[in-house]
Amino acid sequence: MDFSYTEVQQMLQDQVQKFVQKSYDFDSRNTIVASEKGFSAEHWQLFAELGWLAVPFTEEDGGLGGSAVDLMVIMEEFGKANLVEPYLATAVLSGSLIAQLAEGDTKEALLGGIIGGETQFSCAYAEPGSRFNLAAVSCSASASGDQITITGKKTTVENAPNADKLVVIARESGDRFDASGISAFLVDADAAGVSMRSYPTVDGKRAAEVSFDHVVVPASARLGAAGAALPALQNAVDRATLAVSAEAVGALEALLHKTVEYSKTRKQFGTAIGTFQALQHRMADMFVQCQLARSIVIMAAMSLDSSDSDQEKTRSVSAAKSRVGKAIKLVGQEAIQIHGGIGMTEELDVGHLFKRVTALDLLFGDEEFHLQRFASL
Amino acid sequence: MNADFTPEELAFQQEVREFLASEFPADLKNKVDNNIRLTKDDMVRWQKILYQKGWAAPSWPEEYGGTGWTATQRHIFATEMGVYGAPEPIPFGMKMVAPVIMAYGSEEQKQRFLPDILASNVWWCQGYSEPNAGSDLASLKTSAVRDGDHYVVNGSKTWNTLGQYADWIFCLVRTDNTAKKQEGISFLLIDMNTPGITVKPIVLLDGFAEVNEVFFDDVRVPAENLIGEENKGWTYAKVLLTHERTNIAGVPRSKRKLDSLKRLAAETEDGFGKTMADNPSLQQRIAEMEIELQALEYSELRTLAALSVGKAPGPESSILKIVGTELAQSMDEMFLELSGYSSLPFVPEQFEGDFEGERLGPGSTNAAALTYFNNRKLSIFGGSNEIQRNIICKAVLGL
Repeated sequence: MDFSYTEVQQMLQDQVQKFVQKSYDFDSRNTIVASEKGFSAEHWQLFAELGWLAVPFTEEDGGLGGSAVDLMVIMEEFGKANLVEPYLATAVLSGSLIAQLAEGDTKEALLGGIIGGETQFSCAYAEPGSRFNLAAVSCSASASGDQITITGKKTTVENAPNADKLVVIARESGDRFDASGISAFLVDADAAGVSMRSYPTVDGKRAAEVSFDHVVVPASARLGAAGAALPALQNAVDRATLAVSAEAVGALEALLHKTVEYSKTRKQFGTAIGTFQALQHRMADMFVQCQLARSIVIMAAMSLDSSDSDQEKTRSVSAAKSRVGKAIKLVGQEAIQIHGGIGMTEELDVGHLFKRVTALDLLFGDEEFHLQRFASL
Repeated sequence: MNADFTPEELAFQQEVREFLASEFPADLKNKVDNNIRLTKDDMVRWQKILYQKGWAAPSWPEEYGGTGWTATQRHIFATEMGVYGAPEPIPFGMKMVAPVIMAYGSEEQKQRFLPDILASNVWWCQGYSEPNAGSDLASLKTSAVRDGDHYVVNGSKTWNTLGQYADWIFCLVRTDNTAKKQEGISFLLIDMNTPGITVKPIVLLDGFAEVNEVFFDDVRVPAENLIGEENKGWTYAKVLLTHERTNIAGVPRSKRKLDSLKRLAAETEDGFGKTMADNPSLQQRIAEMEIELQALEYSELRTLAALSVGKAPGPESSILKIVGTELAQSMDEMFLELSGYSSLPFVPEQFEGDFEGERLGPGSTNAAALTYFNNRKLSIFGGSNEIQRNIICKAVLGL
C-alpha cells in the first residue's frame, strides 16, 4: 500500500506550484478574469509546453498516461490557485469524449490540437430541465444522407464563448430520457445556425447558452457510432466529476489555510481571534473536513484507475462528489464567517475561492444527486 | 395559554392586507416578486405612502408620530408587510437614531430631526464599525476633538450600509482617550455633506456596493449635534442594541422564502420526468425547515407576549437572531441547490430596474447564487452569531 506521489506526480505538483507562485497571484487572476477572453492564452501555451494538457490522455493517444490520480494531483493545485483557464472543459471533458469516440486521423488531429494548446473545446451536453441527468436529451440530430441537422438548446456551456469547436450531445432516436439514441457531434463554434448568449459565471469563468438552429454537419462530424454515445459521456463526466472534486479539495485547503492565518492576525478584544477556543475547534473541524474530502477523492481516483466495473467506478465518483459537496458547504461557509465582514468583499481572495467551490458543488451533480446515485447503484 | 388573535386583531390584520393590496405600488410589487433591486427613489416613495397613512413608525411613541398600536398589532403589521414583500423603512433613521434622539436628545434636536425621519425626507446611515472595531465595537478610534463650537472628527467607519444614499450619519466617536474605552465614546450626528467626508464603495460578493467605508478628514461638526452628554454615547447605543427590535428573527421573510422554495421545487424538473418536489429527501428537508420556522415563530411570539405585559426585552433576542439568520441562510442554500446550473451565469444587470434585455431564468433562479453569497452576512452583522452565543452564555446560562 502506497499513497505517495510518483516522480511524475511530484514534478507536476511542483511545476504548478512554481507557476502559481510566479504568475498567478490574486491580482493576476483578477486581471485575467476582467480580460476580454477571461483566460490567458499565454498561460495556455505554457501549459502545453509543460505537458500539462497531456495529463488526461493515455500514452497511445499522445498523453502522459491518463491516470485519474495524475489528474487529481494537477486539479488540486489548480483549485488552490483558483485557476480560471478552461482546463476542465477542453482537456478533461471534451478531451475524454474525443479520446473515447473519435478514431484514426480525426482523433489524432483533435487530441493533437488539445495537447498542443492550439484548439479550445467546449462540451454542450446540459439542457434546460435536464438537471444532472446526462440521458435527458431533447436536442435533436436528424441524419439525412451524408448530412446531420442539429436543433436544440444547451445551457451553461462552459468555455463556449472561447471554443473553436463544440462537442455537442444530441439525440438521433428514442424518447427524451432513453439511454440509447444519443450521439456526439463535432461542431465548429462559428457554424451557421449556432448562436450563443455568453456571460461570465459567478465563479469567474465564462460560459454561454448555446442554441442550434438547423445546424448542418457532415456525417463525419459524428464521433463514434450513432446513438451509442451515452456510456462514453458518462465516463467523461465521471472523470470530470473526479477532476472538480479534486479541484475543490485544493480550494478548500486554501480556504482553511487563509482562515487560520487570518485568525492569527485579526485582533479584537485585545487578542487574536484565533485564540478563542470556540473558533479553534471550528477550524479543527474545517481541517477534518478537508482531510476527509481529500481521502475520498483519492479513493475515487484510485477506483477510476483500477479494474473496478464501470458501475463501481461511477459509484466511487458519486461517493467523492457528494462527500466533497458536504465539505464545500461546511468549510466554505466557515471560512467566510471566521473572516467576518472582509470575507464578504470582492477585494479579498477568500470570497472568490468561496464562490468557486460553491459552483463546483453544483457541477456535474450536487450532493443530493450523488447521494441518491450512490444509494441506487 | 393562548396564541389566537382577538377579533379586533383579526380585523386589523385584514385592514393591513387591504392596505397593502391597494397601496403598495404595482411596479414595486413586480420588482420585489422578481428580485429586481429597489432604487433609493423606490424606497422613499413607498416610505412616504406609509407616512401618508400614518403607518411609517409603528414603534414610535404616539406623541412623536407613532401609531399607538399594541405589540401584537405591530407584530401583525410587520408580518403582513414581510409576507407581502413590502419593505419596511430603512432602519437606520426610523429604528436606530430616532429612539436615541427621543430618549436622550434635547427638545431642539427632537424638533429638528424627528419629523424629517418620520416623513422620509432625510436618509440616515450608521457610523459604528471600523476596520479594527467589528465585534469589539468599543475599541473604536474615530475621534471627535472639541474646538470652540465644533467637534473636529477624524477617522473612518466601515460596513456603512447604503451610505451612498444618505443625507446624515449617526456616529459613535471617541471624545476621551484616557478613560476606559466604553466611557470615552460620544454619540454625534453628522451631515454627510460636511466638507472632509468621503464615501468609498465596498463591493460585496454579489457584485453590488451595498456598503461603504466613510472617511472623516478634519470634519467640523457643530457641537449642538452631540446627543446627550459627552462620553455617554456607549450607554445610549447599548440601550438601542438591546432594545426591542422587531423582525430580528426575520420570520415573515423566511415564510415568504419557504413558499418560494416550495414553488421552485414544484417547478424544477428533476431530469428524470418528475419535479424536485417529488423527491422524498427534499420533501423531508423542506419539512424540517418549516418546523424550525414554526419553532422560531413561537419563540418570537413568546418574546412578544412577555413584552406586551411590560417585561423588559432580554437575551431572548439572541435566540431569534441566531436561529432566524441561520434558517434564512439554509433556505438560501436550498434555493441555490434547486436552481442548479441556472444560478451560475453572472448577469447582475438583469436585476436592476432599467434592464431591457431578456432575463436569464427560469424565474429568480439566476439570483440564487448571488443571494446565497450576499446572505452570508446575516450571521456576521448585527452582532455576529458568535457574539450572540456569548450573550446567551453570560446573560442566560451564567457561564
